[in-house]
Amino acid sequence: MLSGELTAAGAAAFAAGVRKRLPTHRGHLILDLTGLTAIDSAGTATLVDVWRIGKSRGFATELVGIQPAVQAELEQFRVTVELPPPAAIPGFFESLGASAWQAVTALGQFTVLAADVTIGGIQSLFIPRRMRWATYFREASLMGSQAFGIVGLITFLIGLTLAFQSAYQLRQFGAAIYVASLTAISMVREMGPLITAILVAGRSGSSITSEVATMKVGEEIDAMQVMGIPFVDFVAVPKVLAMVTMVPLLTMLADLLGILGGWIVGMVYLDIAPKPYLQKTIDALVTKDLVTGLFKSVVFAWGIALIGLYHGIGVRGGAQEVGKATTASVVSAIFFIIVADSVFSIIFYVVMA
Amino acid sequence: MSAPQPVLQVRKMIVRYGAKTILNGVDMTVNQGEIRVILGGSGSGKSTLLKGILGLTDVAGGEVTLLGQKMRGLGEKPLGALMQRIGVLFQNGALFGSLTVGENVALPMREHRRLPEGAIAELVRMKLAQVDLSHAENLYPSELSGGMRKRAGLARALALDPEVLFCDEPSAGLDPLTSAELDSLILSLRDHLKMTVVIVTHELASIEAIADSLLMVGGGKVIAEGPMQEVRSRGIVAVDEFFARKTKSMERQDTSVAELFGLKPAERGA
Ligand SMILES: Nc1ncnc2c1ncn2[C@@H]1O[C@H](COP(=O)(O)OP(=O)(O)OP(=O)(O)O)[C@@H](O)[C@H]1O
Ligand SMILES: [Mg+2]
Repeated sequence: MLSGELTAAGAAAFAAGVRKRLPTHRGHLILDLTGLTAIDSAGTATLVDVWRIGKSRGFATELVGIQPAVQAELEQFRVTVELPPPAAIPGFFESLGASAWQAVTALGQFTVLAADVTIGGIQSLFIPRRMRWATYFREASLMGSQAFGIVGLITFLIGLTLAFQSAYQLRQFGAAIYVASLTAISMVREMGPLITAILVAGRSGSSITSEVATMKVGEEIDAMQVMGIPFVDFVAVPKVLAMVTMVPLLTMLADLLGILGGWIVGMVYLDIAPKPYLQKTIDALVTKDLVTGLFKSVVFAWGIALIGLYHGIGVRGGAQEVGKATTASVVSAIFFIIVADSVFSIIFYVVMA
Repeated sequence: MSAPQPVLQVRKMIVRYGAKTILNGVDMTVNQGEIRVILGGSGSGKSTLLKGILGLTDVAGGEVTLLGQKMRGLGEKPLGALMQRIGVLFQNGALFGSLTVGENVALPMREHRRLPEGAIAELVRMKLAQVDLSHAENLYPSELSGGMRKRAGLARALALDPEVLFCDEPSAGLDPLTSAELDSLILSLRDHLKMTVVIVTHELASIEAIADSLLMVGGGKVIAEGPMQEVRSRGIVAVDEFFARKTKSMERQDTSVAELFGLKPAERGA
């Protein structure tokens, strides 16, 4: 027997009360709604819930004494009788297998893209008509101007920090002048290429992904395909080439500013005269340091651009996926940079030493 | 008059996304110079059919013959040449955001036609005038309304004077007046340029105004195909419901809560 109103406010209490008294076997449940004057969607849902429990346990639910207002509401709301089966939650090993398989296919797709773009890029250099020079210059100057300030500032500060840190140790041995060599070598071999690549991944790698993903979502890439305009030539190659040429330039800037940071620490904090500091820097650096640093930065750049493209064209669905792809792209680019850097360290310090 | 020439033939097209089969053996034949409308409920696979024809989605089976050439196994060069003979208007125009409207229209001309810049500029203005967008030549896509974007996309699709034009929902989201203008433009393309047009659309007014023939898809299959009047007179339930604007009811599997409890409908006005 119900009375009053069955609305969202009272539905929980009703549901709890009625559930306790539900029959556990076949039979009839009769709900007398004579006293019920109003009902809303929440109240209706609790009634349907009771009906479903009955369906599974084998008792029939009957409503009696329905008021017209309540009946009108019950006619208003619609439900499906046969519920779709719930989405299967895969087991642990199933998920593990699925993600391993996903990783393998992703790697395969990435390899195909990387090969396409790299071969296309090399061909474009020899078939100048194929190369979109205007697009390349626009991309390159955009990347350069986007990263210039932040790369300069951060690597200057890193140079300062490196110098302070090494001075703290070296001064104990009266070897403060070696701050110059240490800072220079760390900047040129490690910090310059690494920090520049990480900053560029965040700044320009992400914008490659968001741009390409937006193109994908807006069917622009499909449109290119039906217009016979190759995506690789038109979009991918100029971006990769711009990245591969700008990042080494930015790395050189980073090297210089890092050394400048160290120099300032040397002059102000360690009282080393400017000229000997510079002399020590030049003596410490050999061409090989510069070459390995720049070689690394080219590889980093290639990876950042391709990872950016890969995440962009892999987007499925609507605009909300663009943001997710962008984040994923930055994370994988930084992961790539760090892993590649450690591989280089092993090659340069162990294998080639 | 010779027998109608098929311009586009689709045989047993099958498209799957994961475990879901979206198209399960679809056949379609479109003749030269006709306006073919593809109908079907939302999510029935109309856009997928278009993408399958254009090679924009992986097809699990079937064969497409476009302008007398089998698409599958066509080399890069001949496929490119074939694609230059068709135009595609995508659902939202698919304009390149980094180019102005004029540059968007000029792009396929620059890529595929060796014309002097002056002639290209002239051509671009002609195409834009055709869709009544002359004033928007130097605007960027982000500065356009939805309807303008579609018209710009149409101008670009017409850039190379295609023999077949494909459109996905050209009038969705347009006001009735603009939609009617688009319809009369499509009609004039057929009448004056003998263009074949394949259109996906929901708009009843538009269908009544332009369709020569219909293809209705549902449940991954073709429900009906043929000349407009003939298909409508066959008394196929799904077709009749569509034209009575009742497509929704096909998918309805729900009941009212009152029916669930076996209540008799209350007398109206009681
Ligand atoms: N890339 C995709 N991956 C997975 N499923 C997809 C994909 N694209 C479409 N689908 C599914 O395929 C079905 C058909 O989609 P399609 O876009 O062809 O429908 P439509 O008939 O064009 O509908 P509408 O009238 O709403 O545009 C839908 O159920 C959709 O969920
Ligand atoms: Mg669609």
